[in-house]
Amino acid sequence: MAERPEDLNLPNAVITRIIKEALLDGVNSSKEAQSAISRAASIFVLYATSCANNFAMKGECKTLNASDVLSTMEEMEFQRFVTPLKAALEAYRREQKGKKEASEQKKKDKDKKTGPEEQDKSRDEDEGRLEEEEQNEEKEVDN
Amino acid sequence: MADVVVGKDKCGEQRLVSLPLSRIRVIMKSSPEVSSINQEALVLTAKATELFVQYLATYSYRHGSGKEKKALTYSDLSNTAEESETFQFLADILPKKILASKYLKMLKEKRGEEENNKDESEDDEAES
Repeated sequence: MAERPEDLNLPNAVITRIIKEALLDGVNSSKEAQSAISRAASIFVLYATSCANNFAMKGECKTLNASDVLSTMEEMEFQRFVTPLKAALEAYRREQKGKKEASEQKKKDKDKKTGPEEQDKSRDEDEGRLEEEEQNEEKEVDN
Repeated sequence: MADVVVGKDKCGEQRLVSLPLSRIRVIMKSSPEVSSINQEALVLTAKATELFVQYLATYSYRHGSGKEKKALTYSDLSNTAEESETFQFLADILPKKILASKYLKMLKEKRGEEENNKDESEDDEAES
């Protein structure tokens, strides 16, 4: 997939909002500062990915996982991020679990109401949502 | 896949991450040797990037001269990149700005040096 230069940038609106919320009320940031922070954030992602990949390569599974990212933050001297990241991870896992249970329950209810033909149809609908091929790479790996 | 998750979603709950995961993923995949990325790693990287933006902004503001003007400026950021070890990796993309006149002066001086070196080596050749 060819990347256009703008694809490696993060959306200005979101970056600006994060900056605004971080700085105290009444503190402005110049457009130049915002754009610089946005570039810095892209570099951060690249650097963190490269570092995390080194950790991943050491293990058996070459897929970059959550613990690789956490180790990377320590490595890059951003230990302060580790606690909030762990909290975010917990919240994400709970959310995913909730979603999974909800959709399983939905399926059970559907199966009760409909016949076998309808069941196949709903399965295809679910698969249709996972359009991108890359989705296959993103299956959760149990840590 | 949850892409742009800004602010509140349909259910009105606060989203974990504001930055678009699809974009973060593109950047991560552009790194060579990266084969595959687990969804959790993607979410954590996005979250870490947000934390990074907050940290860079607040750190630069606290340590910068923009404080008096109550504004965060580019020079606050480039100072941070130069002076803080943690943010050293940004030094190349956040260079210090200098006046054009200063830069032209530097170029002139550099050219002057090169001319001198050239003359010296020519002299050496002449002697041998």
